[in-house]
Amino acid sequence: MAKISSALFDIGYIDTLSRQNSLIHGIDTRVKVLTTLVFLITIVSFKTHEISSLFPFFIYPVFLIILADLPFSYFVRKIIIVSPFAVLIGILNPFIDQTIVLYIGKIGISGGLISFFNILLRFILTVLSALILVATSGFNNICIALEKLYVPKMLVIQLLFIYRYLFVLIKEASQMSKGRKLRTFNGKGMGIKVYASLIGHLLLRALNRAQRIHMAMLSRGFDGEIRTASNMKFDKKSFLFFILWSIVFLIMRIYNLPQIVGYFVVIILK
Amino acid sequence: MSHHIIEVNDLHYTYPDGTSALSGISFRITHGESVAIVGANAAGKSTLLLHLNGFITPNIGKIRIGDFSLTKKTLPMIRRTLGMVFQDPDDQLFMPTIYDDVAFGPINLGLSKEDVHNKVLDALSSVGILHLKDRPPYRLSGGERRAAAIATVIAMSPDILVMDEPTSNLDPKSRRNLIELLKTFKHTKIIATHDLDMAVDLCERVIVMHNGKIVADGSIMEIFQNDSILFSSHLEKPLRMQGCPKCQNSFIEK
Ligand SMILES: Nc1ncnc2c1ncn2[C@@H]1O[C@H](COP(=O)(O)OP(=O)(O)O)[C@@H](O)[C@H]1O
Ligand SMILES: [Mg+2]
Repeated sequence: MAKISSALFDIGYIDTLSRQNSLIHGIDTRVKVLTTLVFLITIVSFKTHEISSLFPFFIYPVFLIILADLPFSYFVRKIIIVSPFAVLIGILNPFIDQTIVLYIGKIGISGGLISFFNILLRFILTVLSALILVATSGFNNICIALEKLYVPKMLVIQLLFIYRYLFVLIKEASQMSKGRKLRTFNGKGMGIKVYASLIGHLLLRALNRAQRIHMAMLSRGFDGEIRTASNMKFDKKSFLFFILWSIVFLIMRIYNLPQIVGYFVVIILK
Repeated sequence: MSHHIIEVNDLHYTYPDGTSALSGISFRITHGESVAIVGANAAGKSTLLLHLNGFITPNIGKIRIGDFSLTKKTLPMIRRTLGMVFQDPDDQLFMPTIYDDVAFGPINLGLSKEDVHNKVLDALSSVGILHLKDRPPYRLSGGERRAAAIATVIAMSPDILVMDEPTSNLDPKSRRNLIELLKTFKHTKIIATHDLDMAVDLCERVIVMHNGKIVADGSIMEIFQNDSILFSSHLEKPLRMQGCPKCQNSFIEK
């Protein structure tokens, strides 16, 4: 269960990052959520054969990572960890679609290969922007921002609770699994039956805990509604952030910048 | 002030699965008293405390807190008067940050934003963890978490503090800090524990429970000298009341 524990550690790390002070951290979380949303919609709206026009979008994550003083290596590592999923999704494309659509020198590039890279790029951009959102705002603030943006309250509260008790649950799971490992020898007692009972126990514990938390909430005047004391301020800086990035995304969506730049370079060289 | 009186009369409770947890508990605690409820594991301490706050309804018996009998109607009132600190702080700290957690109760009471803010700061500084206010609960040590859980209760300004095994899972230093902290509280206190040394530090009176019954109720110094009571309820005399192995003198004379 070392894997679970280290996953726990890493969530804790991104939480630490979100507590820094920087220009980006200071921007209203609602604005960052909305900007990320615009970014994602733009990325998703690309067709599957476009590659070069996607590259300019890296300016957004790179810009934010630098301004928010976040460690590049962390994000690179995360991307490497999750990219097998994207590879899995796109890996068949090169075999399905083998029509050559482009030559680089003498090497023919098939449509399938292009759509494979397209999926990979879009995936990386999506994950990056989401990670950066969490690392510059914190998961809790994002939830509160969602609520302020009229996402149903019940949903937001559930997200908050899942995040809060994920840590407790992971701790309990890793303790139980440690207990099991210490008492198994030569692979005996590691079977599926033991696992089933472990999970059953975990579920029972979770239920009991939910009951106690509910009691704790009731004893502090809980009446079905969770109110938070946080106040978010929507200032000029945040407004500008949203407007400027939205314009940039739009321009990058409409114009294929690398192509235009290449065009001008060719003209100048002539 | 009859406000802080707790009166329990012939309480019986059996869990739905048939485990009999309480059989005939009666006592009366008056304003300003600090009472330890001691007993071995499964003696019924936690079950008793859950009754005081109305989380469990007794099969037989009556509970009065202050001027009210405990009924459905008086429940919200009683929960304000009686602040309960749970055994596991993780159950009590369910909000994103310590600040939000402590603010949860006062906000529900309908206080203004400013009053809530002041209450939170007061509560946090009274337990000495003001500097941790923006931390998430899972980023605190056991002792800090316990202090935070107490702050969430203090912020509701209860008259009576009820605590279930407050020193469990604490290292000696955190335990000592907690004891010193609890000494400063003027509330009526009920502390369920098997940390008898702490009980001696904080309480003048003790109620000893065994198998869902009260086997002794009275001055803590007298009862803890009574070996047969302690032995029959599976407890051990607090260390400092045991004779010094070298000089045979007890550390506390009485
Ligand atoms: N939720 C429950 N369901 C069934 N039996 C319980 C439950 N909680 C406690 N008990 C039983 O009630 C008795 C008293 O438990 P408890 O009040 O927790 O004791 P203590 O807090 O003194 O250790 C024990 O025998 C225990 O097994
Ligand atoms: Mg107990």
